[in-house]
Order: sequence, then structure tokens, then C-alpha cells
Amino acid sequence: MLSTFLAEEAPQNPLLPSTPELIIGLIAFFIVFGVLGKKLLPNIQKTLEERRDAIEGGLERAAEAQAEATRTLEEYKAQLAEARHEAARITEHAREQGSMIIAEAREEAQRQAAVTVAHAQAEIERTRGQVTTALRHDIGRISLDLAGKVVGESLEDSARQSRTIDRFLDELEAKAAESAGAK
Amino acid sequence: MSNPSTMLASGCHITPSGCGFPAPGLNSFNFKPIFSIGSFDFTKPMLLALICMLLVVGFFWAAFRKPKLVPGKLQLVGEIGYNFIARSIAREVIGKKGDKFVPFLTSIFFFVWLMNIMSIIPLAQFPVASRFAYPVALALLVWITYMYLTFKTHGFVGGWKHLTYMQGLPKPLVPLIVFLEFLQNVITRPFTLAVRLWANMFAGHMLIVMFSVATWYLLTPSFYAVFSGASFALSIGMTAFEVLIQFLQAYIFTLLASLYISGALEEGH
Repeated sequence: MLSTFLAEEAPQNPLLPSTPELIIGLIAFFIVFGVLGKKLLPNIQKTLEERRDAIEGGLERAAEAQAEATRTLEEYKAQLAEARHEAARITEHAREQGSMIIAEAREEAQRQAAVTVAHAQAEIERTRGQVTTALRHDIGRISLDLAGKVVGESLEDSARQSRTIDRFLDELEAKAAESAGAK
Repeated sequence: MSNPSTMLASGCHITPSGCGFPAPGLNSFNFKPIFSIGSFDFTKPMLLALICMLLVVGFFWAAFRKPKLVPGKLQLVGEIGYNFIARSIAREVIGKKGDKFVPFLTSIFFFVWLMNIMSIIPLAQFPVASRFAYPVALALLVWITYMYLTFKTHGFVGGWKHLTYMQGLPKPLVPLIVFLEFLQNVITRPFTLAVRLWANMFAGHMLIVMFSVATWYLLTPSFYAVFSGASFALSIGMTAFEVLIQFLQAYIFTLLASLYISGALEEGH
């Protein structure tokens, strides 16, 4: 079958390119180059670019999300630390205030107690003075009455009466002092 | 001796007629026109070149017409081919500036590869590049690109200096080196580019034809049938080997084109 296409005439120099073939070859190549270079290869180049963008874009987005998550975590941690700090500060403050209140209360109580004691002592003192005066008066009168009854003589004389009472009382006090010293 | 192909068709065997071996020659590369318009003859290699053109355009049209972010099978295959040229050749050899030349290099590679593959496609069975005009057409375009880029990058005087001169030469050697550099860069480069592809395809086709013809010639009910079998095995082996050569030559052609472009764009010499 091949033989039917082969030329009969004497072969030419194979290194002499035939002009029609040269032209056909050039045309064929220019058509290939034209369609590929003008349309098809720019097409695929654009797609490859888009694909790379999509992949790199995805990676970028992932990195962004990661950064966002890290940032949020940092914020959260900072807030938590701040909250803890705040709580500690409040607790400390409360403790200080508590101890201050306790101290104040104690002081107040002590002061009030002192005042009360002072009042009481003053009251006691006053009452004792009153009682002493009254007693002194009463004891003197009773003693005189008794003595008068015993002696039978009236000690109406005021001056004498007073002297006697004083003497008696002095003795009484001396005795009391003596008994106190003996104790 | 008459036309070996005619003898092949007529059933020339070593025995019993003792017909001489119809060794394939340049005739195997010359075709009768399929049709003629005036003095213009349309031959089989032309048809194959146009088929290759349609196949390359058709494949890339199907793969890249509506490219998707998530590629289908065909687009994926196309992308592998595109990336092979864009990364392994353009970026690797020329660098970032090579991106502009990817369409040119891709067109060269796939057009040449397909023309070479025609060598082993049943019914086609002819490497288009074994007709010298096709490699010459492509080498011519590479040469024009090379010259254009050289003069565009370096200016007229700088361009000639870039093509022919070398820094730091001893004075007496300058004329000789300038002559040799001119010869190498301006004349031999495009010629060897074309011849390398043509000769590989020519020789490969010649070998396959040779062993195929020998298989037929030796196929007789005699001792020679053993050699016929060996020839058949060799023709199969050569065909397999050609698959490798076809790819390799397309790759080398494209690689050299990119090397020339890179050389033209280079700053120093």
C-alpha cells in the first residue's frame, strides 16, 4: 500500500528542503502557535494562577483564623488575669476593712467600757460620800442618843456634842485603819 | 536495479528466485502526490503535518478551552504537558523572563513530538520531520527569534558583539574567534538544530523500513526464515526504541530553542 504513494522518479538531495513543504510546515506551526498562544495557554495560565491564589488564599485565611483565635485567647487570658487580680484586690480590701472595723469596734467598746467604768466609779464615789456623810451623821446621832440614854445626861450642848462626835469618829476611823493595816 | 518498493510489493524473496535484496533508500522518503494543483503536489507528509496540527490544536482545545480550578482528566494531562515545558524548560533554562516564550516552546514541542510519533502510527508510519523542510521551517523560526531577541536586547552593534565577540581575548586571536563565533552562532546553530531532528527521524525510519523489508525478503520456507524472525523482532524493537527517540528529539529541539533564547537575553557573553 505504501508503495503506491512512493515516487518513481530519481531521489533528490534529502538536505534540500522543498519549498511547498516548508510553507505547509510554517502554516501548520503558525496555526498551532496562534491558537495555543493567543487563547488556550493564556486560559490555562490564568486558571493555574487562580488555583494557586485559591490555595494560598485558603492558607492565608487559615492563618488569619489561627491568629484571630490566638488573639482571642490572649484577650481572654488577660481578662481572666485581670478578674483574678480584681478579686484578690477586693478580698484584700474587704479583709483590711474587716480588720479595721473589728479594731474600731474593739476600741469603741473599750472606750465605752472605760466611760461606763468611770461613770460607775464616779457614781460609787458620790454615793459613798453621801452614805459616809449620812452615816457619819446618823452614827453620831445614834451614838449620842445611845450615850445619852446610857449616861442619862443630855448632851444638848451643841458644841460639846460636836466635839464628842468628832472624837468618836476619829477613833472609829483609827480603828478602821488599824484593822485595815492588820489585814 | 528497479524500485525496491515495487519489488517488495511484487513479492521478491531470497529463494527460490534469488532476487537481490531490495534495500530501502531515499525512495522511501519520496511520495507520489495525493493530488496536484498545477505544479503544486500535495503529498503524504504534508497531509500528516496538517493532521498533526489538527491533533495538537484539538487536544489543547479540548483540554484548555474551558479550564476549571479542579481539573478534569483531559485538562490534567494538558496541564502536565504545559507544566513540563513551563517549568522544566522555560523556567529552568531562561528563568523568569522565559514565561513569555512558553507558548512558543509548547507549540514547538508538541508539534514536533506529534510529527515524530506519526512514525509508528499504523497507516501513517512516517516521521514528518524526516522530510528536511519541516525541521528547517521550525529551526528558521527559532533562528529568527534568536536574532530578533539578540538585537532587541543589545542593540545593533551590541548584538553583533554579543554574537561574535568574547571578552579578554589576546589581540591576534580576535579575527579568528570572531569568524568562528559568527559561524557557530549565526550559521551552524540553526543548521544543526534542523539536521539533528531530521537525521534522527530519517535514520529511525530507515532502520524500521530496512528490518521490515528484510523480514519480508527473508520469509521463505527455508533456513532464512530464522533471519526473517530476527529481522521482525528487530523491527519491533526499533519501533519501541523510536518511541523514546521521538520524545527525546522533540525535547532536545525545544531545549536548544530555549537555550538560544536564553543566550540572546543574557547580559554578558
